[in-house]
Amino acid sequence: MSTLNIALVGNPNCGKTALFNQLTGSRQKVANYAGVTVERKEGTFTAPSGRTVHVLDLPGTYSLDALGADEIITRDACLGQIEGVAVPDVIVCVADATNLRLHLRFVLEIRRLGRPMVLALNMMDAARKRGIEIDTAALERELGLPVIETVAVTSEGTKALITQIDRATPSAPPINAVDIDHNETRRILSATVVMPTRTAKTDDALDRFLLNPWLGIPLLLFIMFLVFQAVFTWAAPAMDAIEASLAWLGGIATQPLADGLLKSFIADALFGGLGSVLVFLPQIIILFFFILILEESGYLPRASFLLDRVMGAAGLTGRSFIPLLSSHACAIPGIMATRSIPDLRERMTTILISPLMTCSARIPVYTLLIGAFLPNTQVFGVLSFQGLVLFGMYLIGILSGLIVSWVISISRREKREYPLLMELPSYRFPNLKSLALGLWERAMIFIRRITGIIFAVNTLLWVLVTFPGKPDGATGPDIDYSIAGRIGHFIQPAFDAIGFNWQICVALIPGLAAREVAVSALGTVYSVAGSDDEIASQLGGLISSQWSLATALSLMAWYVFAPQCLSTLAVIKRETNGWTYVAITAGYLFTLAYVAAFATYQITLGLTS
Amino acid sequence: MKLTELKAFTPARVVAVSDTSDTDPIARRLREIGFVDGEPLQVVGRGPFGADPLLIQIGFTRFALRRSEAARVTVELAA
Repeated sequence: MSTLNIALVGNPNCGKTALFNQLTGSRQKVANYAGVTVERKEGTFTAPSGRTVHVLDLPGTYSLDALGADEIITRDACLGQIEGVAVPDVIVCVADATNLRLHLRFVLEIRRLGRPMVLALNMMDAARKRGIEIDTAALERELGLPVIETVAVTSEGTKALITQIDRATPSAPPINAVDIDHNETRRILSATVVMPTRTAKTDDALDRFLLNPWLGIPLLLFIMFLVFQAVFTWAAPAMDAIEASLAWLGGIATQPLADGLLKSFIADALFGGLGSVLVFLPQIIILFFFILILEESGYLPRASFLLDRVMGAAGLTGRSFIPLLSSHACAIPGIMATRSIPDLRERMTTILISPLMTCSARIPVYTLLIGAFLPNTQVFGVLSFQGLVLFGMYLIGILSGLIVSWVISISRREKREYPLLMELPSYRFPNLKSLALGLWERAMIFIRRITGIIFAVNTLLWVLVTFPGKPDGATGPDIDYSIAGRIGHFIQPAFDAIGFNWQICVALIPGLAAREVAVSALGTVYSVAGSDDEIASQLGGLISSQWSLATALSLMAWYVFAPQCLSTLAVIKRETNGWTYVAITAGYLFTLAYVAAFATYQITLGLTS
Repeated sequence: MKLTELKAFTPARVVAVSDTSDTDPIARRLREIGFVDGEPLQVVGRGPFGADPLLIQIGFTRFALRRSEAARVTVELAA
């Protein structure tokens, strides 16, 4: 049976991705175009005729003018000029029916390519609700193209679209007009569309409220506060359940085994290591659940609007807000989200400061240290002091990021501002299917990371702390004789000035692979170091009796800055196409980490002694 | 007058977009997204700090423009 290649094109915010999800469901894969950092999204479905249809979801653009990487990819893909990408048999141009004035111009631009083409008139439900009347038959005549009405968030129209694609689609009529797109757009609009005088009353009302100069910022802070509150309170039961079930599974798996190397490997490296990381899955999923809802509903671009001046003071635009917000879950999707920033310099700056945002992997380190060293008192009778400190850690991360970005902007030779010029789409109800698919994608990225790098690192760490074993008759704790112990002792003098003992130094090594591993590594280091299981499960109590407050605070300061995540560096390498930014990121973060930890340690020592 | 001088919720029309340099990518993008002669527009919102950026409703689309970007657009009041 023959296959058919189709390409989806359209302006940003035309609902193209929702339509893509509707067409292909979960049969999707995401990759990159060779040599550039433009996302290549593909999927398949089976048409009624039995043909397999490959769908290529091209980046949303306003024009085919080669202004940016997205535009070039879209144009070349439509013309079949990209190596490894089949020439599309049909181009499906998606346009928002409520925004035809803008989107029709792009349709005309695509039509000029002269390829077989279908126009999917999307969001027809919203258009009808607003009283926009579109004469589809007249539009078909004017454009010389098949026009299909669709509502991307439901399957309405998708069937008709599939039927149309399945048929032989004629090439778009040749056009000789070159630069009359806006006039032509107006002419076609007036011939085919009846617009009500006032549209988008909902948008108007919501924008007046949400973007109010006085209310906008407090509302934004309130929404962010609710999101983070939900992340921590909702995730707690799920995290407990994951921890408990992994401990239970580990117990079952190791029960028939005799004490020895194999049992230690399965219990410590396998279940212990995976468990310490898998517990973050609920937090990451809940945070992304809200980010996706805010994004789909149209609120996130509004947040960018409200914060543009604040970000502008740091040399960025409001656009950086979304990647930086995502970085609070994990810097990896955050750095990948910088693709939506068209200005290259702004994008690079955003990538450089993304690792400073407090990702969820830092939370176990912070919670461990805060829980062990700071009093659990109430402030003003309602707020927990420990909670406030954790909130403060977030603020420190954000402020450091803005300061670094400001320093970058004043040290650049080219003083030109980054452009904002951003569309604020209509508010809409988030689509459950897109939401579920988005969450699934994020969860899989995270789980793949665990099963790959973090598992490998835990195994390596286990080897490092287990071998060589304690010689017969030796009196010190086991780990003193292991490779990890030796490395820890060896590098410890360099960290003496910031108050790190050798156990921390040992834990920092596997912590390089992923921040959260440091906690399980500390557990391993202390439990292997001659103590029993009971103490290992109570790491907090153990370290609070062995470390000084200065050491604990210094470690927290270190964790604000240190590039303790090789996966992040790997993503930076991929997204920037080279090692330069990786070196800059790692270099400046290590320097900042050492300086901050040094200052924290010495000041705390001075105050507490 | 310049778009930056237009009062909020006052119907107006685009007269022209002026380039600040020979190849002004911002001016070009403004024209592409619909800032062309005769298009009706309105200022429908302002940022909380220094009334920057501006929220412009043009046609049925809303765009956030920094004041520096909006200053490229000349408008006239709709009759």
